This record gives sequence, C-alpha cells and structure tokens, in this order.
Amino acid sequence: MEKKLRRAMMFMPGNNPAMLQNAGIYGADTVIFDLEDAVAISEKDAARQLVHNAIKYIKYPCEVAIRINHIQTPYGIDDLKVVLAAKPDLIRLPKAEFPRDIEEVDAIISEAETLHGFEAGSIKMMAAVETAKGLRNAYEIATASPRMQALAIGGEDFIADLKTKRSKDGKELFVARSQLLLAARAAGIDAIDTVFSVIDDEETFRAEVNLIKQLGFDGKSVINPRQVRIVHQIFTPTEQEVAQAERIIAAYHAALERNSGVINLDGKMIDTPVVVRAECVLACAKSVKK
Amino acid sequence: MVKLQKAAQAGSVESSDILIMVSPAGLGAGIKIELVSPTVQQYGEQIKNVIMRTLAGRGVEDAIVHANDKGALDFTIEARVTTAVNRALS
Amino acid sequence: MINAAGRIIPDQIAGLSQVRPYTGPFATIPAGRMAGPKIRANKPKSEKLVKSINDAIDAAGLQDGMTISFHHHFRNGDYVLNQVIEAIAQKGIKDLTLAPSSLNDVNEAIIPFIEQGVITALETSGARGRLGQLMTSGKLAKPAIIRSHGGRARAIEAGELKIDVAFIGAPCCDSYGNINGVNGRSACGSMGYAMVDAAHADKVVAITDNLVDHPVYPISIPQTQVDLIVVLDSIGNPKGIASGALRISRDPRELLIAEYAAAVIENSGYFKDGWSLQLGSGGASLATAKFIKEKMIAQGITASFGVGGVTAPFVDMLEQGLIKTVFDVQDFDIPSIESLRNNPNHLEISASYYANPHNGGPIVNNLDVVILSATEVDVDFNVNVITDSNGIIMGASGGHSDTAAGANLSIVVAPLLRGRLPMVLDRVNTIVTPGETVDVIVTERGVAVNPRRKDLIENLQCACLPVMTIQDLQQLAYNMSGKPENIEVSDEVVAVIEYRDGTIIDVVRKPL
Repeated sequence: MEKKLRRAMMFMPGNNPAMLQNAGIYGADTVIFDLEDAVAISEKDAARQLVHNAIKYIKYPCEVAIRINHIQTPYGIDDLKVVLAAKPDLIRLPKAEFPRDIEEVDAIISEAETLHGFEAGSIKMMAAVETAKGLRNAYEIATASPRMQALAIGGEDFIADLKTKRSKDGKELFVARSQLLLAARAAGIDAIDTVFSVIDDEETFRAEVNLIKQLGFDGKSVINPRQVRIVHQIFTPTEQEVAQAERIIAAYHAALERNSGVINLDGKMIDTPVVVRAECVLACAKSVKK
Repeated sequence: MVKLQKAAQAGSVESSDILIMVSPAGLGAGIKIELVSPTVQQYGEQIKNVIMRTLAGRGVEDAIVHANDKGALDFTIEARVTTAVNRALS
Repeated sequence: MINAAGRIIPDQIAGLSQVRPYTGPFATIPAGRMAGPKIRANKPKSEKLVKSINDAIDAAGLQDGMTISFHHHFRNGDYVLNQVIEAIAQKGIKDLTLAPSSLNDVNEAIIPFIEQGVITALETSGARGRLGQLMTSGKLAKPAIIRSHGGRARAIEAGELKIDVAFIGAPCCDSYGNINGVNGRSACGSMGYAMVDAAHADKVVAITDNLVDHPVYPISIPQTQVDLIVVLDSIGNPKGIASGALRISRDPRELLIAEYAAAVIENSGYFKDGWSLQLGSGGASLATAKFIKEKMIAQGITASFGVGGVTAPFVDMLEQGLIKTVFDVQDFDIPSIESLRNNPNHLEISASYYANPHNGGPIVNNLDVVILSATEVDVDFNVNVITDSNGIIMGASGGHSDTAAGANLSIVVAPLLRGRLPMVLDRVNTIVTPGETVDVIVTERGVAVNPRRKDLIENLQCACLPVMTIQDLQQLAYNMSGKPENIEVSDEVVAVIEYRDGTIIDVVRKPL
C-alpha cells in the first residue's frame, strides 16, 4: 500500500474564501482548513459551511484535512455534521487527551459515511496532543481507531501547559517531541511536528525542520506558503514520491493505449493536473540526481 | 417552504468574499436581490442566479437580499447565503 | 478596416489626418527626416530667468490651440503640471493639446480645466482614476492618443507630435538652463522622458526649486535647449517623487508567480553569462528579481546590462556585480537616484535611446528578457495594460509594447484571477501589445507558451513548471469563475491606441 507523504501540512483559516480557493497552489502535501483557533466564535457556523462548499466544489491537488473544534465544545459536533457531507480526506482533532475522544469522533464519522454512501473507513483521522495529560495517553490515542493516520504535537498550547516559554532551540519541547514520536512509531502512524509562527525568522525555522527530520518526524505543520517550500526542500522528494509518480505516468499511458479518456489508479480517477504534477516530480527527481 | 424569522447577515467585505444580508418579506413577495459588485457586468446575472438557487434549495420563497460582492466565487456565495438563511431562521 | 491584430478600426478618426492601421510589429518602414525645433538665437549676457510661471507663459508666446508637454518623472509628487495648467487657464488661453509623457492620480486637479475647454485634446501614455474615467467618457473634443514611451519619442522626432512649449520640472538647474535630475530636494533621477521634449520643443521652460550657479554637472538637458527658467519654492513632494526603497513583495501568490517566471528564464536558453534583462516595477515582476538573483549567484552568471524603470532590487544587483551596466530611463526610489548619481556603471538614457523603433536601434533591441504585467491577456497572447475589465482607462501603455517587441523573451506575469475576473480571455478589451511579440504568460496556476515559440516549448518541457496551452489556462480560470459576459461598448471612439510605429493597433470605445 502506498504511504501518503505528509511533509508539510499547511493550515488555512476556514472562514477566509481567498485562502481556501488558493490553498492548493502552494504544493503542500496536505492542506488543513481550520475551524478551531482561526475562527471567531461568532463565525463558527459560517466557517464550517464555507469549508464544506470549498471541498465540495474545488478540486484540490493534495490531501484535504479539517481541524474541527473539540467535540466537547459547543461547535465540534456541528462541524462534523456539516463538513463530513463534503467528504474531506481527514479530520484533525485538536487537544486530544483520551482515547474516547477519538472513539466518539470515529463513531460520528462512521454514521456519516453510511448516511452519505461513502466507502466505510474512507475518511481518516489524526489527533493533536496539546497537553501533558494527552501526551501520557499518546499511544492509546494513536491506536484508538483504524482511521488514525498521524499524531501531531500542538506546541504553543503544550508549552503553556508545561508552564514555560518557547525558545529558539526548542529544548522545552524535547521530551514531548520524543514521546510523541515514540507513540506514533509504536502505533505505526505518522508523527507531525508543531507550527512555527515567526514567519520572518527563516534561519530558526530551517534549524527546527532539520532537527525534527533528524529526530524522525514525518512532517511539520506550517502556516505560510514560504514555509512549505522550505519543508519540502529539506524533506526532498522521496523514493516513495518518485515511485508514485511513475505509477501515475504508467496509468496515464495505459489509458492512452486503451484509448480511454479515463485514467484510473487505486480506484481513483486521475486527471491532467495530477499527471502533469507526476511528470514534474519525475523531472525534479531527475534534476536533483543531476 | 420556510419562513425567515428575522434579518441576518453572513460573510464580509474582504477580498473574494461577499456580504449577504437577508430579511423577511411578505408572503408571495418573492425574492428581491440588490447586488453591488465590481464585476456586475461580467458576473451580475450569474451571482444573482446562485443566490436564487441557494434560497430555493433551502425552501425560501420570499426574502429581500442585499449582496455586497468583493469578487466571490460561486462556492462562497452559496455558503454565505446558506449561513445567512440559517441565522435568519434561528 | 480590420488591422493585422484583428481589431476593427474606423477609416476616419477625429483629430487624425490619416488612419494607418497596424500591419505587424516591424512592418512599417519610416520615411522622411527627423523634425526639429525652430532655430533660435540667444545672445551673450541674456537673462533666461523669469519671475513666475505667468511670465514664462507670456515669454514663451503660448497661444490658443498650441501643444504643451510635461514629463511624469515626479509621479504623484508632481506640482508642475497642475500649477502650469492652472496659470494658463487664468490667462484665458484655451483649446490646447496636452501631451505629457504620462498622467497620474495627482493630475485629477486639471479635470475642471478640461471641462472648461482650456485643454481639448490629450496625448499621453495613460491616465488613472478620475482622469482615466473622463477620457473614457468621451468628453474630450476628439479621441485621446495613447502612445508607448518609444512611440512618443518616435512621434516627437518625426514631427507628428509637435510640441510648442515644453514645461520641464528640473530638480537641479543652473542659471543658464543646464538641468539634471539627481540633485536637489526634488531629485527624481533620470530625466529620460524629458530629454526628448527638450530637444524638439520650440520653446523650453525649466521650472526648478533648486537654482544653482552656472555651470552645473552632470548635465542631462543642456542649456542649448532651454529658453526660460522659473524658480518656485517647491516643484514637487519628495515623498511622492521617490519612495523609500521599493521592497520585494511578500504576498505568497506573487512570490509563486515570480518563482515560476524565474524558472522560465532559467530554462529558456537565454540565461547565460552576458545576458540582459528588464524588470517592471509591479509586485510579481520585482519578486522575480529575488529568485533570478539567487540563480545567477548559484550558477556564476552575470548580466551584461539591465534596463529600467530602476528600483532598489535592480540597483542591488548592479552593486553586487551581477549586472554590469544599468540603462536608466526612469527611477522609482531613493536608492536608484543615488546610484545614478554615484555609480559610473549606472547610465541615464533618453526615451528615444530606450525604445524609439525609428532610429539606429534602441536598447530594447538588445534585450534578452523582459518581465511585464497586464490587466488582461487573451488566447492570442494579446495584452491589455490600458483599460480594466469594464473598459475604463486606468493604466498606461508605458514601455510595454516597446520591450515586448525588442526583447528575445517577453514574459507576462499576472495572477490567473483578479477577484473573480479571469485574466485570460477570448479577446482583451483593448490591445496594447500584440500577441506576436508576447512569448510566455506566467500565472500562479499555469504557464502558457506562445505556439510560435517552438524553441521555448521544447526548452521548458522539463523545467518543473505547470506548462499548459493558453486555452487550458483560460479554462482553468473559467472553471473557477464561470465565463464572464462581455461588456457592452458603443461605437464612439474615445481613445486611439497608437502602436510604437505610429499605426493604430486598437481603439477604446465608450462603454455603455
């Protein structure tokens, strides 16, 4: 089975039409439409409707995730009710502390899949651990559902929970990162590092990305297209990405030979932009080798 | 058919958004749309169609709509109308 | 008649003795001799200084029906044009043709004088805001003439645009009329556009706030071309004349467009040691400088020269030795002005040297790469920079058609949508630059190469770019916005777009 790359997961505020419609052009492996911290309480209803529409009508060239509000807030359940109908690829649960958080969301997603006729299990999940309590339960959270694809560390809130402050070398996050990574590996899922919010400090950002890559993380949450570039540079096109691109090209040629207008791969229809992107990946990989 | 309970709005005047204000109208009054848009010549009809279609889909037959468009695409117009209607029904 | 760009041009247009339709970018073979000003004499010990603008207008012999000109080097910091027009109006002079090198928002102040009939005809590179709206409304007695920078220089030198009096805002002027633009509180840098006016106008009035002892150095406009000098307290607002260093955009979409444009350049076949380039001053254009600079450093490539519209990022490359020489027709910011003043490799050029197609060869002929902006493009690669999507005049022809014709590779950068409006259409509202001279269109979602350029299509195949046909690019845009309805225009011609060789490439008709 193909492993999905999640090197840069880019957050976009869910109530911002301009950002939603442009989210796909920056090349992030995953876009995360945020209904939580980026949306004011008075606009939670507007944001979930807008995100639903964006996913329904816009074809994004990458994985589409949604960060819902925690289901213990007044908003989480309504978020799920509205957005699941548009079939996002992945639901990201913030502030996960107990495995039952995951189980509850899993159950709601299962109901929605049945209701809308989606393939059972097709909508995935990930969870962000943002407290010391959550970190203790990281493995149980990671294994609470077969939908779980990744564990993330929510740095800002976590550091507040530890009662300390962010520093440039990030030593305060050392244990949290390590423990999260261990839990993710033991559970066989991705480990995603936290957001770095000082957009202009490119040097520190690079250092952080290199550090977490060395630690073994699969990717990082980012908040700006400039950061996507840097993350993808440091996590260069892997052999997996090249192999996938080759499969897409092969499927494209096979379709041409059959005189078929429809290109099929892994049960998904592939259209021209995806083929073009695959050709580009191969060309990039070739030029990197040069 | 649903009846709007009060006036409500959704959206904003940020670039690529649309500010939709809906208010109740008398039974049988139909839908009246006032549209302000920098692209009223190129997309005025289409914007109004999306508003009408979305209202019809929610079962709203009588309403006054003020739309202040800043270059919103159809998916945004539909979402803002839907949210405004939801707010006007609660 | 239908011209070679496929546009319908009326056989007769008010104010034009002859309507010559566009027949191709290099089809026109010029004839005749260069025109010149009336020969005049100025005796020793003569006094050029007059007390006021009013006195200068009298001394210049300005009369009803004449043509006057100004430069636009002070941009929105200019005080000269508005003040002179007001003084002319107060004298009761009327029916003048105003032929500045361009018009800016600050010139809205002359609208009442146009309405009163002081000015009855306009010949300019463009106009913004309310002035542009006025031009599009057809209130002028005859259609405005829009010329590129090169086209204006050509028209002046050929005698088609006969300037009776040129009023030249002079940041530094000595007591006998030698002028430069690099010294003084109203410094603007290059006087490129004014240089042509000074050489061909019958009377030249220097208007300065910085009168210095004779002789001044450097000399951009020589005393031999200057008749009268007026001293004012202030000829412009320094903040409006030159901004602080123009910064490279941080908008992620513009940066992505710039990245793609830089990749196009890199793989075009023109990116080698000794190449030459021109950048616009728009966001994506300037941002391309950042990326191309990185590539030049990484690959050890230097440019033999650059042309501008000069801005701080360009000067940066000059000072780092990445560009050997800069040819400067206009400066936008303070670092550029200082560079012109201090750096021997930073050279001032006239608008004629820059872009006039009818001389021994302007510098645009030597350009490898130019990056341009656009309000609209169409599937034939025609470019509009003068009207917006509602058909209203709001931009300027500038050096667009000149550089596109001269350069080996002309790249247009623009977002695929502006708001909801697709930038790639079936037909642009107004053609300024014909598609034959436009090679690549770069947007954040796709790159289209003119089918005429098979060499570029091949070179860009493996360049990691989202290359697609222009039709596919248009379809991408229409998929997002829907297909736009065309705007409706009347038959009334309100402006004529003159191609750089004097032929008519398009007209602006009054929108309904």
